[in-house]
Order: sequence, then C-alpha cells, then structure tokens
Amino acid sequence: MGPHTHLPVTLSVNGSRFPLLIEPRRTLLDALRHDLALTGTKKVCDAGDCGACTVIVDGRAVYACLLLAVDCDDRDITTIEGLAKGNALDPVQEAFIQHDAFQCGFCTSGQIMSLRALLDANPEPSDDQILRAVTGNLCRCGAYLNILKAGRLAADMQRQAAADV
Amino acid sequence: MKPFDFARPDTIAAAVALLDGRDASRPNRSALLAGGTDLLTLMKADLYAPELLIDIKRLAELDNRIEETAEGLTIGALVTLSQLEDDPRIQSLVPALAEAAALAATPQLRHMATIGGNLLQRPRCWYFRKPGIHCWLKGGDDCPARQGENQLHALFDVSPCVAVHPSDPATALLALAASVRLRGAAGERELPLAAFFAPPTDERRQETVIGNDELIVSIQIPAAAPGTRSTYLKAMNRKVWAFALAGVAAAIHMDGNRIAQARLALGGVAPVPWRAESAEQVLTGAEPSPEIIARAAESALASAEPLAHNGYKIPLAKALVRRALTRLTAPAFPGA
Repeated sequence: MGPHTHLPVTLSVNGSRFPLLIEPRRTLLDALRHDLALTGTKKVCDAGDCGACTVIVDGRAVYACLLLAVDCDDRDITTIEGLAKGNALDPVQEAFIQHDAFQCGFCTSGQIMSLRALLDANPEPSDDQILRAVTGNLCRCGAYLNILKAGRLAADMQRQAAADV
Repeated sequence: MKPFDFARPDTIAAAVALLDGRDASRPNRSALLAGGTDLLTLMKADLYAPELLIDIKRLAELDNRIEETAEGLTIGALVTLSQLEDDPRIQSLVPALAEAAALAATPQLRHMATIGGNLLQRPRCWYFRKPGIHCWLKGGDDCPARQGENQLHALFDVSPCVAVHPSDPATALLALAASVRLRGAAGERELPLAAFFAPPTDERRQETVIGNDELIVSIQIPAAAPGTRSTYLKAMNRKVWAFALAGVAAAIHMDGNRIAQARLALGGVAPVPWRAESAEQVLTGAEPSPEIIARAAESALASAEPLAHNGYKIPLAKALVRRALTRLTAPAFPGA
C-alpha cells in the first residue's frame, strides 16, 4: 500500500450498495454527506459530543462522525433518508410532527434515528427507556419534553400498525 | 485529521508486528483502531497523528465475547460497553461493572466503545485536549492545570500531571481485582489492573504501562466469594453524559454480620483509578455501622491534597463512599 492510498469501500446505505474509492481518514459522516449527497445526517460538533450525526449501523445507533467510512465496509447503514417509504413517513417522523418535537431542526434527524433504533429493539419502551435512548442527542432548543411525547406516540403508532396487519 | 494509511491484519501477531508506539508525547507511526471513540477525537484535534491505523475491530482472533468459567469472567478486548451494560452475567456477578458501563457516555458511544479502548483512553483535561497547549503530558515542561483551571482535576498528587483518569469501568474493574492480558512482540503477559495503570512519569507520559508493541487481548475478573456484592456510584455535573467528578466502586463480602473482605476504588480523583486500601483495612473484619462506614470514607480521602478549585471533590467522594458502603452492607441487600 502506498502512502495514504484511497481504498475501495462498499457502503450499504438504506438498502442500496455504493462502491466508493475513499481516503482512510474520511468519516462515515463526511462520506454520507459529500460522497453520497445524503445531507439529512447533520454535522454539528464532529467530535461525538452532540448526537446530530446519529445513524443506525447493524441495528445500533452510533455517531457517524466517530466512524471511519473504511470501517463501515459492508455494514448495514440506515440514515434519516431511509425511513420514509415513498410519501409514508416513519411513525417516529410522524410523531415528531404531531408533537412539535423540534424547533430549529438541527438535532432532529439524530433524535429520530436514536428513537428508531430503540423501537426496533424494544417496541414497548418505558418513559425512562425513551429518555435514555436520546441521552446522546443534545437539543439546544430544549424540545426534550415533546421528544418524549413523540417517542410514546411513535411506539403506540407502531404497535397499532402491527396490530392492523 | 492528518492523512494516514489503513491496515486490517488477519491475526493478532500481524497486528502486533505493525505496532510501534502510542505515547502521545512522541511522534507515532502506528496506532490501533477498535471502537475509535477516543482515538478519532484525539486525531481530529491533531493531538495524535499516526501514519498507520491498524483496524483490529474485525480481528477474528480478538474476542468480542464474555465467558464465564470456574476461575471467573473473561471479557474479550472488543466487548463493547453496551454488552457489559446488558449482559445478565455481568449484571448478576459483577454489578459494579454493569453499572459503571451504563453510567458512561451515551448509548451511541457505548455501542461503539470497546472495553480495551476504554482502559486506554486518554484524559479529558482541557489543557491536554487543547491543540495549542503543549502541556507536560504531551511532552511539554509543565502542567498548566496545577496553577490554572483545575476544577475537574486530581486530589491525589502522584504525577507531574494532575489530569484524572476518565474511565468508569476501570474504577469498577480495580475494585473487582481484575487483570489485563496483553500480547506483544515478546509474547503474552497478564498484569493486575493495579499494576497496569501507573501515574505518568517523565520517562512514560501515559497512564498505563502497556508497551508500544502490545495490545489488550482480554480482561480477567477472578471469581469472587459467593455472595460478594458490588456497586458503582458516580457524581456528574449533570444527570447523564458527563465524566465522573468522582466515582466510587466497592466490592464487599459479608461473613455473617461482619465484613470479611472489602475492596474500594475511586475514580475522577487521580491520574489512574485509585484504590483506597486504608479504607479497606478499616472495613475488613468490622461489623458495619454508620460510624465504621464514616471512618472508612474519611480514611479513603485522608491523603487527598486538593488543588485551588477542586476541594469540593473531597466531601463528594466521601459521600459516595458512604452511600456505596451503606447500600452494600444493608441487611436487606437484594439476594442477601
């Protein structure tokens, strides 16, 4: 390997595979935003302190700013763009609108991804579990109470949808 | 972040062969990448600029499992803090460790961070983390925190550096008498945590004695006497997602109404996880009472030497010690 070679990496994002040639120091966050133009994942602190870049990798909510893209080869990545199916919003997205769970919106995609990961693992979370799931997502507007309400509603909507099937 | 090359060796031996240094005070050629939650923050701030990153996260020989044997628990270096938090064996056999993992960082970080990397993480001291400041720990002449903003710094003066060790699990593991298994060019060795962590010196400006050619393979927790209880308590400047202002891990084995064995460790008070042996001596053989517990707490902090702005940590740590010991020696302790 020569000095600072670009490496072949296949990122599996929202069900599609993207073969890329990428510099090792590129974070998953920058690869999503710059190489794949998926700018729904936000770059705020870029240091693992704020949670705005939260995505789901192999079923777990993680910070895209602290993962190298080359380290995500062939892992299953879901971003905020992967939640809605056509015009049908994800229950967490729908619940955020209904409960006005955001103001400026900069933390919102990260909050939603954290709650999506929670509901995937635990469809009936307690209030404590909802709050704990978003402890790694700062909201400077202070929408926390409505985020909790949205989490409860999303769980209800998801259970309802499952019962209707 | 400076450019670097990326390697993904297939064996521990191949990874070790690529290693040659991790002391942040010296230029480094190579570094290990596991969870990356501390390493990437150091690299983004250019505090650390390895030319080669060695990805060990998918190394099949390196374990990401927790195993229970007659000797105790073996925790693979790649086990994440989430695994420690959620594992029923960790919760029941060594609750101090499950509690410490659950109180660390955030869900996202716990999903990523490995226990090996957690033990090797660097201090959060704001002078150390500030790129423009060439503090002693980074190879400079002196520690700016000694006469500076030292609200979050050490109570026990054991190194030219007064940063505190940031790990919660390390404090718990010290109270649980854990040891670390290392693999290097010269082979494997096992060190008790008390020897693995060592206050930084002029010759070794890092918080552990790990060799430049070594990596952590696993952590061993010896089986404790049946009925041993443990807990970890942490004081933070907010309810979640903060490093410990002070942390206390305690493991107690009761024999009837007497304390047969006690191990006590403090976090957030020294450059390394801090064992409070004098307090253990106060407790061993004693019948627990508010007086004995208060004496143990006084003893644990007796040699503390607060800096200008961190004296508040002394009553804070004493209160945590009292609370932990009261909980563990209560006659109605769950499972007692």
